[in-house]
Amino acid sequence: MNGDPAHTTPAQAPARVPARRKRRLREPQSALTIRFTVNGETVERTVEVRKTLADFLREDLGLTGTHLGCEHGVCGACTGLLNGEPVRSCLLFAVQAAGAGIETVESLAPGEGLHPVQAAFREHHGLQCGFCTPGFLMSAVALLRDHTVPTDEQILETLGGHLCRCTGYQGIVEAVRAAARTWQR
Amino acid sequence: MPTRWFGERIPRNEDPRLLTGRGMYVDDVRRPGTLHAAFYRSPHAHARILRIATDQAKALPGVVAVVTAQDLPERIRGPLPKLIPHPALVHHKTQVALAGEVVRHVGEPIALVVAESRYIAEDALELIDVEFEVLPAAVDLEAAAKPGAPRVHADMADNIAAHHIQRAGNVEEAFAKAPHVFRERFTMDRGSSSPIETRGVVAEWDPRSHQLTVWDSTQAPIRIRNYLSDLLGLPQANVRVIAPDIGGGFGPKIMMCYPEEISIPWAAMMLERPVKWIEDRREHFVATNHERLQIHDAEIAVDTDGRILGVRTTYLHDCGAYCAYGLTVPIVSGTTLPGPYKIPNYHAEYRAVFANKTQTSPYRGAGRPHGVFVMERLMDRVARELGIDRAEVRRRNFIQPHEFPYDLGGLIYQDGVRLVYDSGNYPEVFRKTMDHIGYADWAAQKARYRREGRRVGLGFAFYVEGTGIGPYEGCRITVEPSGKVYVATSVGTQGQGHYTSFAQIVADALGTDVRDVIVTTGDSGAFGWGTGTFASRAAVVAGNAVALAAGAVRQKTLQVAATLLEARGDDLELAEGKVFVRGVPGRAVMLGQVAAAANPLRGVIPQEWEGPGLEATRYFAPPSGAFAAGCHAALVEVDTETGLIRFLRYVVVHDCGPVINPMILEGQVRGGVAQGIGNAFYEKLVYDEQGQLLTQTFMDYLLPTVAEVPPVEVDHVETPSPLNPLGIKGAGEAGVIPVPALVASALDDALSEEGVRITEMPLSPSRLREILREAQTAPTPA
Repeated sequence: MNGDPAHTTPAQAPARVPARRKRRLREPQSALTIRFTVNGETVERTVEVRKTLADFLREDLGLTGTHLGCEHGVCGACTGLLNGEPVRSCLLFAVQAAGAGIETVESLAPGEGLHPVQAAFREHHGLQCGFCTPGFLMSAVALLRDHTVPTDEQILETLGGHLCRCTGYQGIVEAVRAAARTWQR
Repeated sequence: MPTRWFGERIPRNEDPRLLTGRGMYVDDVRRPGTLHAAFYRSPHAHARILRIATDQAKALPGVVAVVTAQDLPERIRGPLPKLIPHPALVHHKTQVALAGEVVRHVGEPIALVVAESRYIAEDALELIDVEFEVLPAAVDLEAAAKPGAPRVHADMADNIAAHHIQRAGNVEEAFAKAPHVFRERFTMDRGSSSPIETRGVVAEWDPRSHQLTVWDSTQAPIRIRNYLSDLLGLPQANVRVIAPDIGGGFGPKIMMCYPEEISIPWAAMMLERPVKWIEDRREHFVATNHERLQIHDAEIAVDTDGRILGVRTTYLHDCGAYCAYGLTVPIVSGTTLPGPYKIPNYHAEYRAVFANKTQTSPYRGAGRPHGVFVMERLMDRVARELGIDRAEVRRRNFIQPHEFPYDLGGLIYQDGVRLVYDSGNYPEVFRKTMDHIGYADWAAQKARYRREGRRVGLGFAFYVEGTGIGPYEGCRITVEPSGKVYVATSVGTQGQGHYTSFAQIVADALGTDVRDVIVTTGDSGAFGWGTGTFASRAAVVAGNAVALAAGAVRQKTLQVAATLLEARGDDLELAEGKVFVRGVPGRAVMLGQVAAAANPLRGVIPQEWEGPGLEATRYFAPPSGAFAAGCHAALVEVDTETGLIRFLRYVVVHDCGPVINPMILEGQVRGGVAQGIGNAFYEKLVYDEQGQLLTQTFMDYLLPTVAEVPPVEVDHVETPSPLNPLGIKGAGEAGVIPVPALVASALDDALSEEGVRITEMPLSPSRLREILREAQTAPTPA
């Protein structure tokens, strides 16, 4: 989107782009080499400093289970775990994750089966289109790791940080309640 | 393993993939050498483009191309296709791929940048300079409809795209003679469907085979294929459009074509490299179709017992800057409005109006919530004015079960067919709903709440929904020698569970496990005929095509197996992946063996097999839509200090005929209710006077969260439709339709002492407090 009004006034001729702006954009793009663990594996990559963690996971590592719904930190689809804590990977730069341990939805059930939280989502119809689902799963996993018997209030507070447009949330709430019972931690 | 899959609450086949991050959404498509696109979009609601300078942008390292209208070939430079023509739509204006002369809404694409990364493409947008002459904008709907308003399209005398009247009976006479007539004005404002996945297109061109492959987040891949073939001058066989996993659609992802759906494939062909464009959320707010704004003046004529003599509504429909899709929404509003009631005389008249805002097209409900809001509000008004119980006034007017098929007196539905309800049992749906919510002793309950100082209202609303319209869908089913059954239909899926519900239909016919039925949807390369997923039609139209194809494969299986087992076809049974002689389970062949035998390496294929293999393709073309119905009821508590509302209970009784998978159906209903709650109380797109959209983030445009959506109790009535072999009716939109009417009715009830009467949607806590203040300062409640 380009909505900069200074850019669109009729009087401004295209040739008169301010020199300062030109200089800024022509500065070499800086990159850093960072090292972290992603889903248990050590990864070392050179990454553009402005690249978001979400784009890095999806594009550089091919972990496309992390989804982008709003890119402004509201919908929660891009939620992953950073040192065990849920984070919005659209609001972090990849370089901010240097040295950290990252978990994405791909880590939950590496083989053929499903993680107990995933299985509960299936059993209770906690997903329809599946786009928001990875974010919900990661937040739910973090909640249930910290609280073996979460209260309904804790469940609703955790899920309240995510948007789902398909399910009406009921199946998701039921799935998390059920997973608290079935997941042998 | 159940003996019958149809009707079972089984978990979905698609879930393991989606739950483990192995879904394939458009943004997950990775092709070697992919370039990334971004669009320079109009910052003005209405302006003439004087000059576009792209040199600086082109010079940025990493930028591969910057394209404006003049760079496009002639055949895609003009207005894009008109979708659904209508005799009343005299000005069927459509958008262009890239605007070169005039922009008519904020967000209209002007230039396309293709670069090595999305980051660089967006950098380049900053270097594009466009000189505009800003023109006056028509923004407010009523103002835009008046003579002398700024004209959205310079070649028109005003902004009226269409003026359309539908009538049944003699409404003038009915109103002239009626003992009671009540008038009201109702408004529903703009909203956005906001699927969590925005739109996206990835296109790849193979210059050697002349094959264009497009992954598109569309609800109608076949139609996109057909338009691309036409616009780009390629044979249909050389264009493959795939709608992979789609992260929610809800209507606006069916539009043939959005500008980006043309410009991105063209760019891929021109550059001979794959090009990807993924809409960002801010773009989605201005560049993906909106819906909802209609202003209805409505009146109802009744006799002294509250029996309806006539209904009249005159309304304005907001098209936005173009109306590519056509008149579906206002037509559906006018033809949904009569609902479950006998209305002998009816007049629906609307004008569709252009304004300098994002285009509108159907969003889940597609005009039905408007019609239901108007009608149910009028019924509550009649009850209040005549002092008749509001449930009783409805009972007196219901179409009765023995009156089907019920002809609405000459109204024409959105599919161009005379409006006739095929089946239903409205009194029973209503009785069940009232029982569940406890209407009989509501007065006492309400008084109890009141004594506790709480404002709780009981609201309910009834709707009839036209579903499952034509023209057709098709399906091909193939049994492979592995015994697995492959089903291909072009109807795309956006979360409705087609991989499972269609498999249930097939598993019953062929006696296999539902997990051995693999469904492909939404890929023109797998099945090339179809129309799309809209109007609650996929299960009805495609589902019945699936049933017909499965029936044909079953017949062929029996024929071939009869030879193998040296038995008569009608002595055979299919179960557990086998064909066996009835009563002699040992005399059996595996389904896969039959498939192999039907495709021999040598020998002769009998004439009556009509070809090799266990395979059949069938189409289903319904004569008209099947009409579902339902009633919602809820207890809503109002905090008069904050204006917040809370649902204490929410009940849905729904009749969509036999249910394929109750779990999936209930999910559809619950998700619809959540969107309806957003439509009623939270989600409103706000434009300023210059046509700038002020709500362009999820911080301003509020989707309901788990905190706002209550658990929904769902019950069913099953009245089969006579119009299709499975007897089913659609359910995709049901949940959303009556919610605004229900919320209004609950708020009226909760705030009856203050004389509050809700006539607009969506509300918000602050708007509700305003209404409350207005009611309290009004001299006497009307």
